[in-house]
Amino acid sequence: MPHRKSLALVWRRREQRYKMVGTRCATCDGHFFPPRGFCPNCRRKGRIEEKEMAGTGKVFSYTTVYAPLEGFEELAPYVMAIVQLDEGPRLTAMLCDVEPEDVEIDMPIRAVFRKISEDGKSGIIHYGYKFRPNKK
Amino acid sequence: MVGIVGYGAYVPRYRITVEEIAAVWGKNAETYKKGLIIGEKSVPGLDEDTITISVQAAKNAIRHGAINAKNIGAVYVGSESHPYAVKPSATVVAEAIGATPNMTAADYEFACKAGTAAIQTCMGLVKSGMVEYGLAIGADTSQGRPADALEYTAGAGGGAFVIGMEDTVADIEETVSYTTDTPGFWRREGQEYPRHGARFTGKPEYFKHIIEATKLLIQKTGYGFDDFDQVILHQPNGKFPLRAAKMMGIPADKMKLGLLTPRIGNLYSGAVPVALANVLDYAKPGELLLVTSFGSGAGSDSFAIRVTDAIEEKRANATPVETYLKKTKNLTYGRYAKHRHKIRM
Ligand SMILES: [Zn+2]
Repeated sequence: MPHRKSLALVWRRREQRYKMVGTRCATCDGHFFPPRGFCPNCRRKGRIEEKEMAGTGKVFSYTTVYAPLEGFEELAPYVMAIVQLDEGPRLTAMLCDVEPEDVEIDMPIRAVFRKISEDGKSGIIHYGYKFRPNKK
Repeated sequence: MVGIVGYGAYVPRYRITVEEIAAVWGKNAETYKKGLIIGEKSVPGLDEDTITISVQAAKNAIRHGAINAKNIGAVYVGSESHPYAVKPSATVVAEAIGATPNMTAADYEFACKAGTAAIQTCMGLVKSGMVEYGLAIGADTSQGRPADALEYTAGAGGGAFVIGMEDTVADIEETVSYTTDTPGFWRREGQEYPRHGARFTGKPEYFKHIIEATKLLIQKTGYGFDDFDQVILHQPNGKFPLRAAKMMGIPADKMKLGLLTPRIGNLYSGAVPVALANVLDYAKPGELLLVTSFGSGAGSDSFAIRVTDAIEEKRANATPVETYLKKTKNLTYGRYAKHRHKIRM
């Protein structure tokens, strides 16, 4: 994740970053996030439509970051996880509202809307999804 | 009748106690705990601000109301801590909840009463038929200057209300306002912390406006205080609303459910919205609520709200405020300073 992002690129992806809008193949019910315009299972028989992910899932694997990337210094130590969504897709995301020592494999999590980064004190603020524990 | 179709609140999970703050500045915690009636306050996460708090509260409100976000015709976000000086919070919120693009939006600012001003605006739009639903939000992540009395109370959180005409869980029978130019508390452009005229904020500001607006509501509705089941007053600390209630002859037991500041601090624009959400969590059909907000500068909006039968039907959709009051994480002053971005990196 580069510190300074193209404003146009970030803006075009806001549906994906704000609402976790991915895609679904109506032929095989495969879900894709980030969205795909092509179903690798059905190929030419695939019928791709937009689909908002529910945002629930579990921790597939994770790592605690002590040496943060530029722009994320204040957040350290933070946890980056490979998230397994209930719909199937896996993605990399930051966890929030949890202490690193409390994170476990298979821990239920859900997406929340958070501040991801900002281009310095005068730049644009980037928002998107992170995941927090979803214990009942 | 125009009213609340759905409501939702959000309070960040982090807390800091009065003891932890007082120890850093060599003050006696008991003085603040007794003087302000406050035990701890909410603190936003490092990645939370007025926009993220508004989004979570709004999502809870839309789920509770069981409405389609595309039918929201207006989104107003009231706050005194909008992340941008220029660029609306409301557009980010509207996009995140899926209400864009056929709608209007704007940010509101009126110290602590911007959220109730947003409710009144939505009432007007809904009653005139301009929009089907209006979304009114009050949220803040206010800061107190380190060692200032406000540091013990300035919390974070917000509430959201879907305002409409059909399937209301509570009808807004009447609303009135009382507004004057009174300088008690302010923050100039570019300044990090607010300033306050210490003696000015009490009597001529808070008590005067709260009491005058409430009196006006009583006159206009013909209700007496006995008619109201629950009373919610703006709560900059735990003490002021109780004192205002006493001055008006409102019994303290009608204030309990709607007084959250002792547990979460002063949520500024979010204070009355979150307190109202908490009262609605427990409300029964037919109950009558008295709500009076206050914003420095100064003004008060007062509401008479009648709970409907639908409150029971929609209760299963609600995310109770209590969800956010338990399972909290206490911070040391060091971590609190980091959370409030007081450590330069
Ligand atoms: Zn397929």
